[in-house]
Amino acid sequence: MRRARLLPYLLVAPSMAFLAALFLFPLVQTISLAFHADGRWSLGKFATMADDLDFGDAVGNTFKLVMIVVPAQLILALAMALMLPHLRRGRDLVLWVWSIPLGVSDLAAGLVWLAILTDRGYLNTILFKLGIIAAPTAWLTYETPFALFAAIIVAEMWRATAIVFLILVAGVQLVPKEFAEAAEIFGASPWQRLTRVTLPLLKPSIQTALILRTVLAFEMFAMVITLGGRNFPVLVSEAFNWQDTNQDYGVAAAYATLVMAVSLAATAFYLIVMRVRPEDRS
Amino acid sequence: MTRSFRRVSSAFAAALALFVGAGSARAEDVVFLSSQLRPLEEATKMRDVILKDFPDQVLYVPDFPQQLLVRLNAESQADKHTISLVGALHGELQALAQAGLLTPVDDIQGRLADRGFPPQLAALGKLGGEHQLYVPWMQATYIMVANKKALPYLPAGANLQSLTYAQLAEWAQAIQEKTGQRALGFPAGPQGLMARFFEGYLYPSFTGGVVTPFRSAEAEAMWAQFRDLWKYVNPNSSNYNFMQEPLLSGDVMIGFDHVARMLGALRERPDDFVAFPAPSGPKGRGYMPVVAGLAIAKGAPDPAGAAALIAYLTKPEIQISTAVTSGFFPVVNAPLPADLPPGIRLAATAIAATQNAPDVVPSLLPVGLGTKDGEFNKVYLDTFQRIVLRNQNIHEVLGREAQELRKVIDDTKAACWLPDKASQGACPVS
Repeated sequence: MRRARLLPYLLVAPSMAFLAALFLFPLVQTISLAFHADGRWSLGKFATMADDLDFGDAVGNTFKLVMIVVPAQLILALAMALMLPHLRRGRDLVLWVWSIPLGVSDLAAGLVWLAILTDRGYLNTILFKLGIIAAPTAWLTYETPFALFAAIIVAEMWRATAIVFLILVAGVQLVPKEFAEAAEIFGASPWQRLTRVTLPLLKPSIQTALILRTVLAFEMFAMVITLGGRNFPVLVSEAFNWQDTNQDYGVAAAYATLVMAVSLAATAFYLIVMRVRPEDRS
Repeated sequence: MTRSFRRVSSAFAAALALFVGAGSARAEDVVFLSSQLRPLEEATKMRDVILKDFPDQVLYVPDFPQQLLVRLNAESQADKHTISLVGALHGELQALAQAGLLTPVDDIQGRLADRGFPPQLAALGKLGGEHQLYVPWMQATYIMVANKKALPYLPAGANLQSLTYAQLAEWAQAIQEKTGQRALGFPAGPQGLMARFFEGYLYPSFTGGVVTPFRSAEAEAMWAQFRDLWKYVNPNSSNYNFMQEPLLSGDVMIGFDHVARMLGALRERPDDFVAFPAPSGPKGRGYMPVVAGLAIAKGAPDPAGAAALIAYLTKPEIQISTAVTSGFFPVVNAPLPADLPPGIRLAATAIAATQNAPDVVPSLLPVGLGTKDGEFNKVYLDTFQRIVLRNQNIHEVLGREAQELRKVIDDTKAACWLPDKASQGACPVS
């Protein structure tokens, strides 16, 4: 009897140990690294971070990206997820195609978009052949911050909408058809059915998708560094720079700690604002 | 079945014996530990081509730079010496010398005087002391490469081999006015070596120093002039890491970079490009030599063999074949043979022209900064970001960044290195 009660704990123990060793331990180390300078407890590394040339830009760029990309992806993914059930034929094929970007690595996706947008890339070639531009145009430089920002948004939309979409598709499939049918019988318009029936029932999935996507968006790195390089600093690329180029691990750890704090705050925000009653969780 | 098994196993045993035999030094081998020519292909060429005509047996052992100190220290502590000759970069050898792991080689350098080492390179081998601690082995540096299509726009009276920064600006301006292209390029991308341009070329050419005159009046004038020049620089420069790529694609026509990061373009299309020294400023022509040297380990089991190997490796014809293999160029007076690959010839000629320029200002890689090298570079890159890319006030930026620079220097207590004047203690930022 006692053994039966212990069994579940025994079964989760290896994964707990694994996470503790490879997640909790480095986490504690990182935080301690960030709060030490010259061998003492100090906020010095955070001061260096905040005083740095690129800090303001990194914070600004990261938040601008998250605020634009995440809502846009949510709306797009929602539209895709709601359209899918109405397809009579080829639904699986569409599902497949829409999920392709999920299988492409960050860096590879960045390189693909770089090949499209660089001076002698596909976009310039097409525009040139169509006679719209007279010479190759640079889109990704410090002199064209708006085009660079737009390019990163478009690339990020392409790359990471799929994960939101897949979570929402799973949610949509769990919504019983009878609810929508009942609403239709009582004369609800399509808009009313969406806002009064479907969306409230999808709330748990939307919450999950938003938390996951927002946390990942704050960690955006490979795509941004491929397209923007030094011209578009974000929090994680600055952490990388301090670790790799400037070799000050303390400041890199301070950035990492900041990213973690921001992600935790965003998660808490979603959990509070979009509170889901336990009985609504499916 | 048994028979074939026996045959296979005996062949295997023979191969194993051969392998073990090749891996462990015989008593008469000269053991040559090197942090250069390390990739398998280059190491194989070192063994099979470069060392082929050396009369004695050499065991060539390439290893990672940080392993040199570990290994020599271990041998010294165990008092069990196997390594005779060490080949490494200037800074790596300096670390070995500081740990007391090298023997002076004054006599060898003296005997090889007729090889024609440029005096400033030979002097580097003294590491700032009295004794010669290494003999120069091979060198790389930074050069300029231009597409031949850019040559018609060269300003009247300008000579590629002795270009000034003012002429470079005129040249790039002419190209932009005639073709609309911003044709000049710098490796200012995330993995580019732009910081070395400021530390080894721009600052020495305009101020005659790197650290001490960081915020001098000359430095202010220099940044103003460089910001003007930047109008003709391709804005993609802040993404370029290796200049050979935009040169080959035609995005830029004139570029500055480390020779190893240009060689791809010179090798691939030698007929389309010219190579030449970096420009000069009011104080001369900045030049950052990247030198590798040959040193003899303290307690070396075969110092005579090591000395013979140094003499062999600095022979002109061996220097040439080393250049073809490694992309590191001769440090001695070596006439270039007719059958030299044309790309290598272009680079070698530009390097020789740089170091023999009458107005040359040799500038060393930072010395004594240890792990703060990255933060040192950041000072120069941030200054560039603020002044040139963000158009901030030059005087204020230099004042602010000078404090950062002083912090790095004070933390490491690094003394001045060339071209700054020697200092007692940490190098001053005036």
